[in-house]
Amino acid sequence: MTSPQTPGIQSGRLSQDQLARNFEDLHAPYDPHEAAVAADRCYFCHDAPCVTACPTEIDIPLFIRQIATGQPEAAAKTIFEQNILGGMCARVCPTETLCEEACVRETAEGKPVEIGRLQRYSTDALMARQGHPFDRAAETGKRVAVVGAGPAGLACAHRLAMKGHAVTIYEARPRPGGLNEYGIAAYKTVDGFAAREVDWLMGIGGITIEYGSTLGVEVTLEGLRENFDAVFLGVGLAGVNLLELEGGEKAGVEDAVRFIADLRQSEDLAALPVGRNVVVIGGGMTAVDAAVQSKLLGAENVTLAYRRSREEMPASGFEQDLAASKGVRLMFNVMPVAMHGNGAVREIELEYTALVDGKLQGTGETMRLPADQVFRAIGQTLAPVEGLDLDGRKLKVTETGRTSLAGVWAGGDCTPGEDLTVVAVAEGRDAAEDIHATLMATAG
Amino acid sequence: MADLTTDFLGITSPNPFWLASAPPTDKEYNVRRAFEAGWGGVVWKTLGAEGPPVVNVNGPRYGVIHGADRRVLGINNIELITDRPLETNLEEMARVKADYPDRALIASIMVPCDEASWKAILPRVAETGCDGIELNFGCPHGMSERGMGSAVGQVPEYIEMVTRWCKQYYDKPVIVKLTPNITDIRKPATAAKNGGADAVSLINTINSITSVDLDNFAPEPTIDGKGSHGGYCGPAVKPIALSMVSEIARNADTHGLPISGIGGVTTWRDAAEFMVLGCGNVQVCTAAMTYGFKIVEEMKRGLSQWMDEKGYRSTSEFIGKAVPNVTDWQYLNLNYVTKAKIDQDACIKCGRCYAACEDTSHQAIWMKEGRVFEVNDAECVACNLCIDVCPVEDCITMERMEAGSTDPRTGKTVSDDYANWTTHPNNPMAKAAE
Repeated sequence: MTSPQTPGIQSGRLSQDQLARNFEDLHAPYDPHEAAVAADRCYFCHDAPCVTACPTEIDIPLFIRQIATGQPEAAAKTIFEQNILGGMCARVCPTETLCEEACVRETAEGKPVEIGRLQRYSTDALMARQGHPFDRAAETGKRVAVVGAGPAGLACAHRLAMKGHAVTIYEARPRPGGLNEYGIAAYKTVDGFAAREVDWLMGIGGITIEYGSTLGVEVTLEGLRENFDAVFLGVGLAGVNLLELEGGEKAGVEDAVRFIADLRQSEDLAALPVGRNVVVIGGGMTAVDAAVQSKLLGAENVTLAYRRSREEMPASGFEQDLAASKGVRLMFNVMPVAMHGNGAVREIELEYTALVDGKLQGTGETMRLPADQVFRAIGQTLAPVEGLDLDGRKLKVTETGRTSLAGVWAGGDCTPGEDLTVVAVAEGRDAAEDIHATLMATAG
Repeated sequence: MADLTTDFLGITSPNPFWLASAPPTDKEYNVRRAFEAGWGGVVWKTLGAEGPPVVNVNGPRYGVIHGADRRVLGINNIELITDRPLETNLEEMARVKADYPDRALIASIMVPCDEASWKAILPRVAETGCDGIELNFGCPHGMSERGMGSAVGQVPEYIEMVTRWCKQYYDKPVIVKLTPNITDIRKPATAAKNGGADAVSLINTINSITSVDLDNFAPEPTIDGKGSHGGYCGPAVKPIALSMVSEIARNADTHGLPISGIGGVTTWRDAAEFMVLGCGNVQVCTAAMTYGFKIVEEMKRGLSQWMDEKGYRSTSEFIGKAVPNVTDWQYLNLNYVTKAKIDQDACIKCGRCYAACEDTSHQAIWMKEGRVFEVNDAECVACNLCIDVCPVEDCITMERMEAGSTDPRTGKTVSDDYANWTTHPNNPMAKAAE
């Protein structure tokens, strides 16, 4: 029997019971009374700041009022009209930096209306009882290819299908959902919600998914353009940034996204190995998700090492607090300079950093931490798509997602903008509207 | 989504939600915004006779009752009828109606109680193309001191007389708006019907003083140290309005007379309640004044959702559905015996039920070791107070006793036969059972 103190990368550090408790729902769902009390706090603001702050512009005051008047399912429809992945967004949106940050009660009392939890309450209510809430329009005869079954691709496919187009989604992995399925902390989306949500979304009809179809391998952009009336790319960021430093290739130095994906797909968490001393390099949501989950799996010491200050950390205050409450040590202004160990990493060497004339520099002072597992979480990169113009390191698109190539749209993490599920949904939806308008104009 | 199209007196509107004649409907700008927001109809702010318009106070005209968290429970107002020239209002009404032919537009009117005044204004109102008129016999403040508004509404003979003039000089639907500041609402409703009214609308606002300034010893809203009673409206008055509506709906003399329900309609549910008690549509004011015109969106979606759940395709399928279940006390079934039951798993042990029952009811709840609260069936009269004060939904329920069991309070066997006061042995007027 292993324990958190067992050296090396080991599985089974915690009992099944402990693991089950560690990975249960981060926020328990509201019961109806809690939802009523929470909904009652909404002021039904005029031109509400929360709506402006929501990338999908859900009519938040309206849906909360619908909860308050005893109709959580009608509330859910208000949500899904704008955001078909409203159930997942209710779980994973950083509401503390979006709608809830904008809530006037945050300004007044420092306690916003709990919009995310209310959204989950209503979307859960509808999904538990009803089938799919929307009807599909009559077939238009138009065919659209969507590459990637992540949030952007699914939102785009759903909107197109609802308008009567026939959609084929090409997905590289064996399951749909993209980062919802492979890339988000397990305690944020328990009980296979990501898969259930896709099943429910597909209830609109008119969408088929081809798995094991990677762009540039099994399918080509050229081929899709020939065979479909329009193409939407929601390919995400398939590459990961590497650490270029001494010892960076040692065993035990791994990608955080891979670790998270393995954890999400694991049937038995006790069989999933994790280090005794884990160090996560990075400062975003992926870094926090990897660090917290390492701790929850039973790592004895988990350190999150971020090269800048706490204020500059991309992960929100809520995420930082969550990590700290789970026992993750947050280190700021440190950057990795070397990995030490004979074959496998045993120690990581970090150098302190400071801002000098607005530029981040090492101070020359270093320290070493024991580390038998190091996760890189320093960003993902776009896998190149031939023939498309770039905007920086992402695909160049217009406001409605048109790429530089006629008939090809794109959205989600592969295009500029914040890499959030809710942003991807908005981009997929808006591209679908533009594709629809374009196809119908040519049809007429 | 269920179709909310409503036919009221032959006037169709896309939904049963009309804005009541009140401050929100005083001018074209507001009414256009209301129609854009989706309201089914508007009753224009009350028009007065030609000539210099009335004037309003220049200090505060609204008072308020707040619940916790400054929730607006009731507003009172001392605003008079429109203080803009008649001609201006009529021109605006004609323009709005022309641009929104699918919405209901009703002119509210209040002129002196003489035939000439009504005969003079009615043709001019008719020229606007509006769909009907509403006679304001309700406003309880200001205008009533001048022999109009509720001063007319409190005299059934006047109601009948004026209604008759209106039916004589105007050929579209005439709605009579009633004041609740009267003992028996059936009397003015009957008078309206006798005068030929096509419908009644109710309630108008209730005489009220919302609060008193304890530093200046003056009622709110205070104008230079003095205050006057105003008309109370909003969620707080809904129970009074529901009762009055139901009285008219079930009264033999007025049964079937179309009713436009007014009084605290804030949500879809409020509207549904008014409609099942016999209202063909509802009119709203305070909810719009509190939350803006957009509030109608919740009402529309909510009513539609409820209709879908119930399988109703049209509002006409449920209007009046609760009227047969409103009865007199004397006909309530005295053999319907229930007892309160406390769900110990749901109980949070606050003790409010105990305090209420022990201090103010029938000492029918025990407080046992460890703050366990249990009902003593031998004392419980099923008054419902414990349920009313319990903070947890469905923690305390009323359970009907089975026929054949013994009520430990009375020692009598529970019967499932219907028996009411009219045949009860304690009733000196009881008719012997056949």
